[in-house]
Amino acid sequence: MAEELIPDRPSPNGAPKIGVYVCHCGLNIAGTVDVHEVVRFASTLPYVTVAREYKFMCSDPGQELIEQDLREGLVDRVVVASCSPLMHEATFRQATGRGGTSPFHFQMASIRELVSWVTEDPEDATEKAKALVAAAVRRVALHEYLEPREAPVHPDVLVVGGGIAGIHAALTLADAGKHVYLVERESTIGGHMAKFDKTFPTLDCASCILTPKMSAVRAHPNITLWTYSDVVSVSGYTGDFTVRVRHRPRYVREDLCTGCLACIEACVHKQAKYPSEFDEGLGKRKPIYIPFPQATPPVVVVDPEACIWFKTGKCPRPCIEACERDAFDFEQTETEDEIKVGAIILATGFRTFDAGRIPEYGYGRYPNVYTSLEVERLLNSAGPTGGEVLLRDGTKPRTVGIIHCVGSRDVRFHAYCSKVCCMYSLKLAHMLRERTGAEVYNFYIDMRTPGKGYEEFYDKILREGAHLIRGRVAEVTDEATAPEEEGHLVIRAEDTLLGTVRRVPVDMVVLAVGMEPQPDAEDVRRLFNISCGGEGFFTERHPKLAPVSTFTDGVFLAGACQGPKDIPETVAQAGAAAAEALAMIDRGSVRLEANTAFVDEAACSGCKTCVGLCPFGAIEFDEERRKAAVNEVVCKGCGICVAACPSGAAQQHLFTDAQILAEIEGVLAYA
Amino acid sequence: MQTATAPRAPIASGSSARIVGRTLGLGGRRGRRRKRWRPPKDGATFQAALDPRFATEIATEVEHGERLFTCIQCGTCSGACPLVGYMDHPPRRIIELVRAGARDEVLTSFTPWVCASCYACTVACPREIPITGIMHALRRRALAEGSYPSRFTNPVMMRELVGMAEARGRSTESLIALKAYLRTDPSQLWKHAATGLRLLRRGRMGFRPASMRDPSTLRRLLEAVGR
Amino acid sequence: MRYPYYPGCSVEGTGRAYEESLAAVLAALDVRLDELEDWNCCGASAADSIDEVRAIALAARNLVLAEAGAPGDEPVELLTPCAGCYRALLAAQHALEDGRRIGPRVARGLEAVGLRYERRVRVRHVLDVLVHGIGTERIAQAVTRPLTGLRVACYYGCLLVRPEARFDDRHDPTSMDRLMRAIGAEPIEWPMKTRCCGGSCYGADPFSGTTPQGALTLSHAILREAARRGADAVVTACPLCQFNLEAFQEQMTRHFGTTLDLTVGYVTQFVGLAIGLEERALGIHRMLRWRLPAGREPEAVASPSGRGREVRDG
Repeated sequence: MAEELIPDRPSPNGAPKIGVYVCHCGLNIAGTVDVHEVVRFASTLPYVTVAREYKFMCSDPGQELIEQDLREGLVDRVVVASCSPLMHEATFRQATGRGGTSPFHFQMASIRELVSWVTEDPEDATEKAKALVAAAVRRVALHEYLEPREAPVHPDVLVVGGGIAGIHAALTLADAGKHVYLVERESTIGGHMAKFDKTFPTLDCASCILTPKMSAVRAHPNITLWTYSDVVSVSGYTGDFTVRVRHRPRYVREDLCTGCLACIEACVHKQAKYPSEFDEGLGKRKPIYIPFPQATPPVVVVDPEACIWFKTGKCPRPCIEACERDAFDFEQTETEDEIKVGAIILATGFRTFDAGRIPEYGYGRYPNVYTSLEVERLLNSAGPTGGEVLLRDGTKPRTVGIIHCVGSRDVRFHAYCSKVCCMYSLKLAHMLRERTGAEVYNFYIDMRTPGKGYEEFYDKILREGAHLIRGRVAEVTDEATAPEEEGHLVIRAEDTLLGTVRRVPVDMVVLAVGMEPQPDAEDVRRLFNISCGGEGFFTERHPKLAPVSTFTDGVFLAGACQGPKDIPETVAQAGAAAAEALAMIDRGSVRLEANTAFVDEAACSGCKTCVGLCPFGAIEFDEERRKAAVNEVVCKGCGICVAACPSGAAQQHLFTDAQILAEIEGVLAYA
Repeated sequence: MQTATAPRAPIASGSSARIVGRTLGLGGRRGRRRKRWRPPKDGATFQAALDPRFATEIATEVEHGERLFTCIQCGTCSGACPLVGYMDHPPRRIIELVRAGARDEVLTSFTPWVCASCYACTVACPREIPITGIMHALRRRALAEGSYPSRFTNPVMMRELVGMAEARGRSTESLIALKAYLRTDPSQLWKHAATGLRLLRRGRMGFRPASMRDPSTLRRLLEAVGR
Repeated sequence: MRYPYYPGCSVEGTGRAYEESLAAVLAALDVRLDELEDWNCCGASAADSIDEVRAIALAARNLVLAEAGAPGDEPVELLTPCAGCYRALLAAQHALEDGRRIGPRVARGLEAVGLRYERRVRVRHVLDVLVHGIGTERIAQAVTRPLTGLRVACYYGCLLVRPEARFDDRHDPTSMDRLMRAIGAEPIEWPMKTRCCGGSCYGADPFSGTTPQGALTLSHAILREAARRGADAVVTACPLCQFNLEAFQEQMTRHFGTTLDLTVGYVTQFVGLAIGLEERALGIHRMLRWRLPAGREPEAVASPSGRGREVRDG
């Protein structure tokens, strides 16, 4: 319970009345720091009129202690010695504000993160806590009375990435009446999901469930769909971002092309001969192409590195002739748009692990070793083989081996489990058997099927007679040690459940490659001022309680760019990110920090050092009076001008020299 | 602990089913399919016989040995091992037995002596466990206790090589082989006599023990290092 | 160019032709070998099974010797031909440089006898030096009798590429293949490049009695695959590998029924032939079998896996 110690000392008129509240934080602080002693000590400090302790200051009753003392006039400034500003500065500032004074008449002393969590000896910890409290008390005595500022939130949202995550987030926001810019790097939205044939565990056709959403995006009046586009720069602040988007030239006018594909037919290249990126290199396309028939927008693309016109300047260009809409524009150049948005959702997706990094599996060496994504294209009816599963020589496989955990659960590549591969490998086992009648062998370490309907799916595959061998594959080889192995690829693995090594001859090997961050994740994260974790995925604000926000206010995450996940989880995250963005926009404003800079005119010598340094252009210079002045609406409180000013005229609210020095003196006096 | 006499058949032939069959002792001549009855195993006895310190002992004397605790029993080591077919316990199970503390089972196993130290397992392991190093640690203990298979040439050859290397600073291949075969299976000398003679004639074999000029410099170092 | 040289015990015995051919080839390429002064046996794979600390000490003494022969600050590139010695010396180098358990103990032992490892040694294998030190281009320039039409199976073995070595890919090395191409030969594609030959089991019977011969089986598998894919010869870079693959082919015939008479040579012998050296200088007269059908193509039959050519037995 709370203990109050009101010292026997009257407060001089106008002098600050400081309340010190020391939190136990359960045992987090009290287990190491002698809280009672800190309270006793605080009560001896100058201007401290109230010193209390409580088990959980951030709770309602805890905050009520502060508010009540303020309302009753016992204190007019508050020091809370507890966790860290990141955790609860906002909480206690609000409590201080509710109590009737400026929320910035508040200072926090972190005696958890900076003391109890990092100090073993209780005596040392208590002394350090006392020193930090003394510092906070001296500082808060000098805090000015500042009003909180609010800035309006721009109601538009930018969604980066047009896969299922970006699509779902965009539709959710657009349906709520917000204007959304959906920027996608490829020439079509759809992401990886558009490449799949069927999805687990329902075996829904991926296109059937995805393309309606893709159409909805294109048709939605609230969505501006920019494909074949990249984000080039981002500046600004939560609620007020300025983004430049670059559009790459297709050499076809998007507003005129209807996707009739007559131009592709007419192209001088009678045979397609360039590897199709959408088909994972298995199929071929012409220099003018559309990635897949349901591409959205349904607009063709010209590849200038393959097109004869661009390479040599000599081509009759029958494509132009064939186009009834006169949509070609070979002079097209890159264009840029600058937009303002209030919130940004990153949904940039993933890439698959490069199986060539594991030479013992034979990818790239033996022709009939495929990745799972390549097999999806074989299975897909719009793929390079029209949905037939064929080996490189055109025959059907009679035995297939599917190798799990390629590039995952391996400290030499990625230590993490990619979460989806067991399920999609079971799915492929089912599909391949159904399509070809082949015997299928899955080689796994553990069978991970935790989602809704997933264990039942595993059961179904078992009943269908798939051969599931628990053992990580050591090698894929064409060495034949027995007649049955001649002409086949042999998979060598220990069947750990039987305790014997098996050599299984197969015609086709499928590698269940894991999920990785996109190759440019580092560049993207810098653009948006967020972090990447050790494995390269974007870092969420909190892995359990804040999975879709980041440490940069106003920037949210959705989908595999945050970590490997399946489609249901991706869609859930996209909805969550949209909801959090909506919350921000509908609130209409964001609370800004009060620590803006200002110029003491008396000390300003007119040297103009600060003016050019300000990254936000927030400093104006009066040429007549030769004085600089900070525009506090634009100022973001970065402190550059304060540090640079040679005469100390530029100062910062809540970080004045006097305040900082007082804090230092507080520590030194009692440390 | 060898299984019943298997005929000298050509290399592992046949499908997985036949390999499994032969491993389990099924199959044989004339279609007779009978297993040998074994005394029952008791879970309580097994558990009581485990030594909880064994794993840590082994882990601490091998560089990066503590990684054996991260083994997920994936079996890649066994899958990569060229001699796994001759082992009573595949490498994966040896690691699990070490981790469980089944000291006796591990130190009397043939596996560390069948191991060719080719490091295929170590390179294949997704946890980078130093499996070959662990096999060597098991060999050291087995040698120290005297619990190694008596008719294997490997333990004898290793002792001879290192004994020679430490005493004279050099090892002589022919003498190592000679001593090893004499102690384990003298008939080998006969089998290899022809090849031996050809090597001798071509100057690729000699019986004079090789030696450093001054082995004492090495001996002093080894003494300083201790055991 | 000169290299401090650690021969190892095997090249004095079964690997004699390896050292002879190595010396001849390097001399022709103007590279000098400075044999370490009174070096000692590295302990091979065996020493680690007796005492892991003494094993490092055995090898470490040679590193100190190498530094002693090259005073100064410069890195010392210690050349060794045997893959077993290569592994042992590298293990000692790494243990002394960043080992946490054994290295410091050995360093203390060295200090106690007045020796100190200065961390200057870079242990290098002959194959690494031929391909990356001297370089395949320089060797190609020296070729006067290219081995055109000779199909070779490049056998790397285990210890050349693992566990400590990093000069080539551990699962699909290509340095020897590139060297063979540089001298005009045709390396085949095959999956046995780094498959263990059983060398440390001394080739014959690691376990007698009634179980089938493990090491023999391994070596046989390698030779059989080379023959199936039409190799005229197997190229090795380690005396133990070469011996294992060469010396027991009659036994293999008796045991497995396949007729094998495959030439197994050292990489330095093939390079030597290509740069015009005499067979005798390369120790070829010491080999148990040597038959190079230069110019004659084996009967070409497409093999089912689409790779290589198959040679019919007999």
